[in-house]
Amino acid sequence: MNASLLIVQTLNGVQLGMMLFLMSAGLTLVFGIMNLINLAHGSLYMLGAYFAATFQKMTGSFLLGMAMALPAVVLVGILIEVAVLRRLYDHDHLDQVLATFAMILFFNELVSILWGPQAYFMALPEGLGGTVELLPGIRYPAYRMAIVAAGALVALGLWYFIMRTRVGMLIRAGAANREMVGALGVNIRLLFTLVFGLGAGLAGFAGMMAGPILSVEIGMGESILILTLVVIIIGGIGSVRGAFVAAILIGITDTVGRVMLPPALASMAIYILMAAVLFWRPQGLFPAAT
Amino acid sequence: MKEDFRFGKRHGAFLFVMLMLAAIPFMGEPFYVRLASRILIYGLCALSLDLILGYGGMVSLGHAAFLGVGAYTTGILFHNGVQSAWIVWSAAVGISGAAALVIGAISLRTTGVYFIMITLAFAQMIFYFCASLEAYGGDDGMAMWSRNTFGGGLDLDSPVRLYYLILVALAVAFFLSRRLVDSRFGRVIRGIRENEGRMRSIGYPTFQYKLVLFVISGAAAGFAGVLLANLNGYISPALIHWTRSGEILVMVILGGMGTLIGPILGAACLLLAEEILSGFTQHWMIFLGPLLILVVLFGRGGLVGLATRGRYRG
Repeated sequence: MNASLLIVQTLNGVQLGMMLFLMSAGLTLVFGIMNLINLAHGSLYMLGAYFAATFQKMTGSFLLGMAMALPAVVLVGILIEVAVLRRLYDHDHLDQVLATFAMILFFNELVSILWGPQAYFMALPEGLGGTVELLPGIRYPAYRMAIVAAGALVALGLWYFIMRTRVGMLIRAGAANREMVGALGVNIRLLFTLVFGLGAGLAGFAGMMAGPILSVEIGMGESILILTLVVIIIGGIGSVRGAFVAAILIGITDTVGRVMLPPALASMAIYILMAAVLFWRPQGLFPAAT
Repeated sequence: MKEDFRFGKRHGAFLFVMLMLAAIPFMGEPFYVRLASRILIYGLCALSLDLILGYGGMVSLGHAAFLGVGAYTTGILFHNGVQSAWIVWSAAVGISGAAALVIGAISLRTTGVYFIMITLAFAQMIFYFCASLEAYGGDDGMAMWSRNTFGGGLDLDSPVRLYYLILVALAVAFFLSRRLVDSRFGRVIRGIRENEGRMRSIGYPTFQYKLVLFVISGAAAGFAGVLLANLNGYISPALIHWTRSGEILVMVILGGMGTLIGPILGAACLLLAEEILSGFTQHWMIFLGPLLILVVLFGRGGLVGLATRGRYRG
């Protein structure tokens, strides 16, 4: 085990962390504001990847494909919210788990009907196929570097949106105390549809970014969904800052653990971390509501 | 039996269903025997989940973990030359119970959504642990080419014999669960489900009560895992995948949570639907998904609730 491998693995960890952050930012807000468990969040990730792959094939351009796929995912997200999730706010967590689990089954099957059961492969975007030399002797794939950069940009934009704009302030207030915000005359339903659309867009964006490095296939959303749930539990439900810290933490623990720990322990490491956090800090690292 | 036992309508119905189930092998179709065996095993597993879910109010999204622990114990012992059902089955139930003790002792400190997530996390740990057992097939799992034996020439290699054993096991589990939920222990558990704080202030050690129930439930699911390993002759990490936990949860809700017959009906419904619909189209899940959402939104009480319209609640 040498230093350059450790650096590359840490970068891979940060890259995975960025993806996880894109996934968890929306989910943690949905969770925090409406107290809704949405297991179907992974389906939006999957749809994002499929849409991007299809539009890329049609247009021949990665960026153009992405620009078309993003509104499509947001639209699907809003449709889901209006058609099903809206009815689930008053139900308990068990019902929410079941209904959104059923949505996973539905979307997996829908994708298999529309796109067929075989995996898709997305081409790398133009000009990002090579590697970059970060330090003398350490080369890193340019596309993965681009993911880190895009993730950081989105995180910054999200931070500005949530901490510095009026709508962001309402979202934060909603995550801390939904009833009070509603009582102050804010249309909490509209706010939530907006948050859900935003979360869907971020999840779809993560799926699009993941497309070229993973294969686009049915069930791709489920493995990342579980990691996302781990992130938002560790970070504290409803806290975007907590989601960011936990996402990077989980990303690095997972990838660095794979080279430093024995295989059996490495794949269990993040779940052990989560159980430990829940044991000592049941509300997560950065609880949103006090 | 209670002193005032009378042979009522419900006992008649129970006897009738048992006779119908016992008659399945006489249809002479090995396929039906196998399907019925699977349904009964998943019925047992769903029943064990309903003990903690419907009666204890604990929403676990990791119940497949115990199914997997039972199955893996059976498989690992088989590959080390231990085939005696007496040893294997008690070991599997014991280890599943011990796993439930550890998982429960940690998970039950949390409630609500955190409990859902921590049980899921533990199931994932066990999933990855089993998938990393290279000596026992890793991701692909392992085959078990002969079933456990009871000694004295009594083995389970005949599918019909295995089916009857599963049927008896489920009947015994059903009977024991009935006694359990009707006992003083069961009433305390239901009290905790309704209002844990109040039960605690009356002086019940609620944590210990819930933990005991969790262990019973885990051990029973482990036994279902033993039976499943014997039926399939194949054990893989797919048994422990979190979607399996979700399916078991669906069985309980579909049939009717908080009743004993509900989970078994739910298992039968889901597996039969899969069998029948997949004959028409491979995309049968496209119907199942929306159907489940409708059940969640409008069908409170599942099939049992639909049939009795609130007349009966266990």
